[in-house]
Order: sequence, then C-alpha cells, then structure tokens
Amino acid sequence: MQAFTVHRGIVAPLDRSNVDTDAIIPKQYLKSVKRTGFGPNAFDDWRYLDPGEPGMDSSQRRINPDFVLNQAPFDQASILLARKNFGCGSSREHAVWALTDFGFRAVIAPSFADIFFSNSCKNGLLPVVLAEDEVQTLFEQVEANPGAQVEMNLEEMTVTAPDGTVFRFTLDEDRRHRLLNGLDDIALTLQYADDIRAFEERQRREWPWMAEHSQG
Amino acid sequence: MAGKTLYDKLWEAHVVREEPDGSTLLYIDRHLVHEVTSPQAFEGLRLAGRTPWRGDSVLAVPDHNVPTADRDKGIADPVSRTQVETLETNVTSLGLKFFPMADVRQGIVHVIGPEQGATLPGMTVVCGDSHTSTHGALGALAFGIGTSEVEHVLATQCLWQKKTKAMQIRVEGELRPGVTAKDVVLAIIGRIGTAGGTGYAIEFAGSAIRSLSIEGRMSICNMSIEAGARAGMVAVDEKTIEYVRNKPQAPSGELFEQAAEYWRTLVSDPDAEFDAVVEMDAAEIAPQVSWGTSPEMVAPITGRVPDPAAESDPVRAEGMKRALEYMDLQPNTPMTEIRPDKVFIGSCTNSRIEDLRAAAEVVKGRKKADNIKLAMVVPGSGLVKQQAEQEGLDRIFLDAGFEWREPGCSMCLAMNADRLEPGERCASTSNRNFEGRQGQGGRTHLVSPALAAAAAVAGHFVEPSALKEA
Repeated sequence: MQAFTVHRGIVAPLDRSNVDTDAIIPKQYLKSVKRTGFGPNAFDDWRYLDPGEPGMDSSQRRINPDFVLNQAPFDQASILLARKNFGCGSSREHAVWALTDFGFRAVIAPSFADIFFSNSCKNGLLPVVLAEDEVQTLFEQVEANPGAQVEMNLEEMTVTAPDGTVFRFTLDEDRRHRLLNGLDDIALTLQYADDIRAFEERQRREWPWMAEHSQG
Repeated sequence: MAGKTLYDKLWEAHVVREEPDGSTLLYIDRHLVHEVTSPQAFEGLRLAGRTPWRGDSVLAVPDHNVPTADRDKGIADPVSRTQVETLETNVTSLGLKFFPMADVRQGIVHVIGPEQGATLPGMTVVCGDSHTSTHGALGALAFGIGTSEVEHVLATQCLWQKKTKAMQIRVEGELRPGVTAKDVVLAIIGRIGTAGGTGYAIEFAGSAIRSLSIEGRMSICNMSIEAGARAGMVAVDEKTIEYVRNKPQAPSGELFEQAAEYWRTLVSDPDAEFDAVVEMDAAEIAPQVSWGTSPEMVAPITGRVPDPAAESDPVRAEGMKRALEYMDLQPNTPMTEIRPDKVFIGSCTNSRIEDLRAAAEVVKGRKKADNIKLAMVVPGSGLVKQQAEQEGLDRIFLDAGFEWREPGCSMCLAMNADRLEPGERCASTSNRNFEGRQGQGGRTHLVSPALAAAAAVAGHFVEPSALKEA
C-alpha cells in the first residue's frame, strides 16, 4: 500500500450527498479481474454523455462538460470534496481503486459509509471527516478560487484550507499507523498466528459444531 | 453492570486478540465468495505465496454475472465469462467448496448460505458483498467486506475490527394485513435515513420482528446496509432453530441439540443497554414504494411524491430535486399513478420461496398489464426454483405473461444481460434505487414482492387488496 504522510493538491468540489459506490464505478466495470485501470471510468455515468462498456477507449467518448472532473483545473484534482455519507451502498473496493487510479489521494466529507472508509484506508486513499460547516467553508473557498490547493497532513491530522485556516481531524491510531507506514495488513496479522490457532483450539472445545460441520 | 446485547455476545465469542486501542483481531467462521469481489484477492494471495488459512470455511458461487436465460448456451459476454471462469479456477485449484452454474444448489450467495446451513446462528460470516448482513437474521454476526479484507480473511481467517456501537430498532405491535418485511425495512430506512445506522450494528427486535418468518427477517437484515449499518441481526428463537434443523451443512443429532442449547443464549439480555434505540409502531407502517434515488426516499403507497419546495434543509431539497428529475416524477403525484415499464421480482432481498409465494398469490388468475414490457421472476437459487415449480408457482407466473428465469442477482444490479434501458421505470423487489443501478438511465422503485406483482397486473402501483377480483 502507498503510504500517506503529507499531500498537497487541487480539490474537486463534488456537491452531492449520498454519493454511492455504484456512481463511483458502475457495475459493468466490476467484471475486470484486475485491480488497476478503473480511473477512466470513475463516475462514468456522470462523466460521459454516452453509455460506457468495458474495453471502450474512454478518450474517444463524449464527455459531459458540466461534470466537475471534466473541468480544468479539477481534472487535475487529487483531493475530492463531497457532502455527507460518501461511498454508501455496495462494498465494491473497485470504487476506491477507481478514485486512486484517477489520481485522488484523499476524500473530504462530513461522513463516510463504513465499508468505503475501511476500503479507503487499505489502499492509501485518506478519508477525512470534517464538520459540515468546515466542509461548507472548503466548498466556498474552492469554488471562489478554483485550483486553490489544500494540504492534508496525516502526521499532524490537519487539513489546511486555501486561506490558511487549519482544520483538525481524527483517525483511529491503528489505521493512521498503517497508512503512515504503508503497511501490509496480512503480514502483520500473521505475526499472531499462534493466537489464531489457540482460538481455533478453544472453539473446537467449546463450540464443536462450528468446526466439525464447516466442511459440509 | 448492564447485561449484554446480542452483538456483545457474538463479538466476544470471536475475539482472538485485542489491542489497547480497541483494535480487535476477530475470528471469521464462514467466508462466502462470489466472482466479482474475489479475483484480486486470490491474485494477491498467489503473488504473496500464501494459501488459505482454513479452506473449509469458504463456500463459493457465481451469482452476479450469471445469465438467467438460455443457460445451456453458457455466458455470452466474454468479460463476464472470464470472471466466472476465474472464480472456478481459483477455488477449484485450492480445493474450496464451490457450486458451479450447472449445480441445482447454485444461486445468490445470500440465499444459498442459509439454505445450505452454511451460515448458522452464532457464527461470524463475511463476504465481499454489502448484503452479507442478510445472514444476521439467524443470530449471526454477518457483514460485508472489501476485496483487501477478502484476501485478509483467506490468508488469516481473521479481520481487524473495532467494535461498533449497538442500535436496537424495536418494531412493536401487529403489522397490518398486506404489510410485509420489505415494507418494514423500507419504512425503517425512511425513518432513520441511509446514514442513520452508520457506525452501528443494528439489532431488529420487538413483537413485529419476532412475528416474522426467518425469511422475512432475512429481508430486513439484508437492507441494514441501506440504513448505513454493516451488520443487522435478529435474536435467536425457536423459529431460528427449526429453520436451521436438517439443513445440509448444519450439525445433526446430539451435536445439533448441543448447538441449539448455545444458540438459545444468543439474545440480548433484558437489562442490556444499547447506544441508540429506535421505536416504531407496526400498525403505522403501510406498504412502501420508493420514489427517489436513495433507499431513504420512500413513501407509503397511499401517499404522494414529496415536494422539494416543502423541505427546509437546502442540501436535502437539492438532493430531492435531483432525484425527481432523474426519476422523471412531479411533486405531489399520487404513488398509485406511477406506471412502471418493467417488473423485477428477485434479488438477495426478495427471491426466497415465501417471496415467490406472496407474488404468485397476487398474480394468480390475472394477467400482466399491457403497458408492462417485461415482468420477470428470478428465484434466489436452483433449490428455490425447484420448490416453486413443485408448488406450481411457475405456471401461475407464466400463465399471467411473466418470465420465469434461472437463479442469480440479475436485474438487481444488471451485471448480466438483464437490465433496464435508459428512461425505463421498474417496480423492483431489490434493495437499491441508485441512479443507473438497474441499467444506465433506468429508474427503480423499490417495493415488496406483493406490490411488484400488483403493479405488473394493474400497470401502476396499487395495493394488492385494491385489485379487481381475479
């Protein structure tokens, strides 16, 4: 996983609440068996005027000029700003892969859906929760001054707005540590292999039907 | 000290290790796998030279991409076919339990888990699918995960989790005739909103929930995620135990009785404290129809499409306006004047035998209305289909002009050939009415199987009781 420490970039204002993962990456692209290549199809239904299918050359498609990510300088954005309940719906991690493949390193919203939040942290995409009025302030600043940069600092857990205002956020220590260091979750967990085996031993003793019948 | 919630009990029984900050390594008993969210996980495992920690915890099945017609011809779309073949190669090379498309036990992963007894009370159940909450209806802790977590569970049999808060949603009293589990859960989401359960595990309780069958409870738990909660659950009672008895993968004989004794403890203690409690009066719940592009946008069938002008919160009003524009609906339109083009009865929410019986009861002796271009019934599994055919339900649907299909996720998310065309309106028993969910530009109205069937017959939304005599 790509580590996240400090990032400075352009913010794209996506003024919608309840942005669902079906909107972030529509279902036809989930047929891919790869982890990469989803960027051109991020927000596909909103970004293009013609229907998209896997394998199409997206550079040849008709773009929707009204959609924020098609407008300069937001087409170069690396931070996405949205309203509440971002990433709701389907658990598809492809939504996170689409955002990172597009070039996003962070998303700021007043709230996130739980599965999306978890998936983000596992892919080096920093999800930052700010209060609604702070998000509103960022929307106003970014819309008044397109291309203004925002700094995201995970070490300090701060977001510095274009006008220099500093907003603080929190992230639980475990996730922060893994993101800061870009750690491989599985290798860390396997350090506790003995604990897992001990649990299984206990389960066989106390709840024998779980193990004995799991083979069907 | 306060007693324990059902969530506390399920959680505590699976803690492998707890860090000082509360991060917990949680043991996973059952891992359900489908073709869409697993290929990258198997690839990751392979690249790292790892093998599954406990292969016998896995049950794999293709469901999202499978065709629901002309199965003997295989999967026409080469991209879908590759994905399904990739699943088969991945799981068979590792010797994992797998129901291929031709197996009568194949079906939607959340239908076949309980059907096979692969999910049992007291288990932790995960799947790379947000509707994994369905299995909570059996008194299990079941939640959806992303692909990185699928790989993590394959490799370690565990997940790092933090215990969430617990919410109890208590629905008390008697449901009115014609009001189903689907209406109850849509009404709940309408009340608490699509983020109302974020950060919580929800226990559905109260006399109205207890009165539901296990299949009805599954429809409710299924849509927990539409209220923002990763997990939804219902306490174990005798209905749960009778449901599990004699299922193929359930324990039998003395071991079953021993298990049942433990399962009976899987209820919240009377003095358990929840972080939030929501109370609803069952008698006030009417059949529901969604009008917008978020599952919280619902109205009773007796109601009207709301007017954004009457909404005081500007962000919310803007969302409503956008939704009505997408749905091509005018404010204040009576719900009964909305006319679908297609009807879809299926999905992990509503494709079990009781759902098909409820729809068939409405359809029996009637015909599909002329304005309905397609009414399709997609059973949740091959075994549900077989059971329905034994009961003659397929004939009822076919005689009425419906299509009777093979099992799969189908037009709930339109990854296979079943989809809406741009602008088409659908009465759907599925779980999500997001923009483009059932096909780009398609418009979804979420309803119960009985209401979907009634809409197919009348050509517009209507309470089944208001239909003319068959």
